[in-house]
Amino acid sequence: MSAPSPYLPTPGFARWRKAKSTAVTAVLVLCALAVIAPLFLVIYFLLVQGWSSLDLNFFTQLPKPTGESGGGMANAIVGTIELLAMASVVGVPLGILGGIYLAEYGSDRGNDWLRFAADVLNGVPSIVWGMVIYLVLVVPFKGFSAYAGGVALGLMMVPLVMRTTEEVLILVPQSYREAALALGVARWKVIMVIVVRTALKGIATGVIVALARIAGETAPLLFTALGNNFWNHNLKEPIAALPLQIFAYAISPYDDWHRQAWAGALVLMALILALNITVRVLSRDRRKSS
Amino acid sequence: MSTLSETAPGPKPSETGRTLSTPVPAGPAALPVEADEVAFDIKNFSLWYGPRQALMDVTIKLPARKVTAIIGPSGCGKSTFLRALNRMHELTPGTRLEGSLQHFGRDLYGPGIEAVAIRRRIGMVFQKSNPFPTMSIAENVLVGLRLNGVRDKAVLQERLEQSLQMAALWDEVKDTLNRPGTSLSGGQQQRLCIARSLAVQPETLLMDEPCSALDPIATAKIEELIQTLRSSYTVVIVTHNMQQAARCSDRTAFFYMGKLIEFGDTRKIFTNPSNAQTEAYVSGRFG
Repeated sequence: MSAPSPYLPTPGFARWRKAKSTAVTAVLVLCALAVIAPLFLVIYFLLVQGWSSLDLNFFTQLPKPTGESGGGMANAIVGTIELLAMASVVGVPLGILGGIYLAEYGSDRGNDWLRFAADVLNGVPSIVWGMVIYLVLVVPFKGFSAYAGGVALGLMMVPLVMRTTEEVLILVPQSYREAALALGVARWKVIMVIVVRTALKGIATGVIVALARIAGETAPLLFTALGNNFWNHNLKEPIAALPLQIFAYAISPYDDWHRQAWAGALVLMALILALNITVRVLSRDRRKSS
Repeated sequence: MSTLSETAPGPKPSETGRTLSTPVPAGPAALPVEADEVAFDIKNFSLWYGPRQALMDVTIKLPARKVTAIIGPSGCGKSTFLRALNRMHELTPGTRLEGSLQHFGRDLYGPGIEAVAIRRRIGMVFQKSNPFPTMSIAENVLVGLRLNGVRDKAVLQERLEQSLQMAALWDEVKDTLNRPGTSLSGGQQQRLCIARSLAVQPETLLMDEPCSALDPIATAKIEELIQTLRSSYTVVIVTHNMQQAARCSDRTAFFYMGKLIEFGDTRKIFTNPSNAQTEAYVSGRFG
């Protein structure tokens, strides 16, 4: 038998090294679990507490007056959808056009400032948005309104949509712009038809991410949309929203309302989850096609 | 002499003798076809990228309806020169130029002249094929027309077939016109890009190393195509491949360090150049 290779470690050293490796791997796995554990905790508690209160009434009925049991959050669900739609009307065009400006026009220096401003805006606490819109759209019109809530949420979308639009437009290869320009096509058409269309999925992804971000916002609605126990028939009037209804019910002293607040939270979470899954599907398609 | 901006986007002058042209009213400046008609008349042309001078005092007359090859080592300014011919260099910020550049007697850099109008007449094919990924084969060919306001279905259909025929691609794609342009092979994609350029009926086609990303068979097809284009188009092709220049061009211009060193008949440039640098380059001793 030949002498052991000098490259083979002694058995004791190998064992020690293996133990170290196992220990470090275990720590990393625990950290990874700790990262995703809260998500499962949230979903677990929502299901346990909220599932039993979810019935058809929850989706079809208005809240019952204090003291009566039953009722639902139909108006808040519809209200949230209306608010998201109004927010999109404000935030999507502004955000996308701003992103186009950042990616395709503007000077380097000016754009740096614009990006900085967008990032600061992105970090403005949502309650501050609520207060500002209160001063601008609630006080002068002498009343809380669905409009004010939609504008507050829409403005919160702008910096997010703008930055993601910019990022995906920059990813569109310069060669497509050159090819279209070389056909004698005007620059704005090249940008709107060729560049934006190529990046459309990425832009849509950014919009949905922004929607998912604002769908659960409560603070900006407190001073603007206010909340409403009935159907909103006029956007100049206050409107119900899921987060507002959850807030109102959760701080109430009634068990029945607490259960409904859990159910509302479950529905809101499901909505946000659905938006996020849409984003995943959209971005998977994009990776596949490119 | 009319300027480009006055005539575009209306009927184009100097369409006489063109096989691809659909019937359009004769332009105000219709030029007669001569044996040695000049497509580009360039005098004392210099170009700077910021402080760096990329082209130095180039004076050259490129013939119409002939293939002119631009050769030279990397960084000699040949691509810059080509991109200056339809003002594509303007996409690079900080460029500055001097001298005069005329295309069929019309100043390309005169006051008020629009690059967009120029590029409708002077098309460009790039090194890497770049069909638009969101569009089908047919949409790719017709995008230039559509974005310039052509809506007539009959015209679009006719141009679609004509352009693909000219680009020698029709037979290969006529049954799959609605498939994505990016589903084609590399060589087919490049011919699709040529068809896309031809569809807007330019007078001149600039090609920036159109074969450098293609295999020899696809290259041979494009070279053959260039031969057929010569009868109706002025072609200016930048190439790194000297055999290609020798095979498919009528005239050759040799650029070195931003200067035009020699320009003449392709055969003469490759067999009996008058300049020592040209000879060294074409015989493969440097570059």
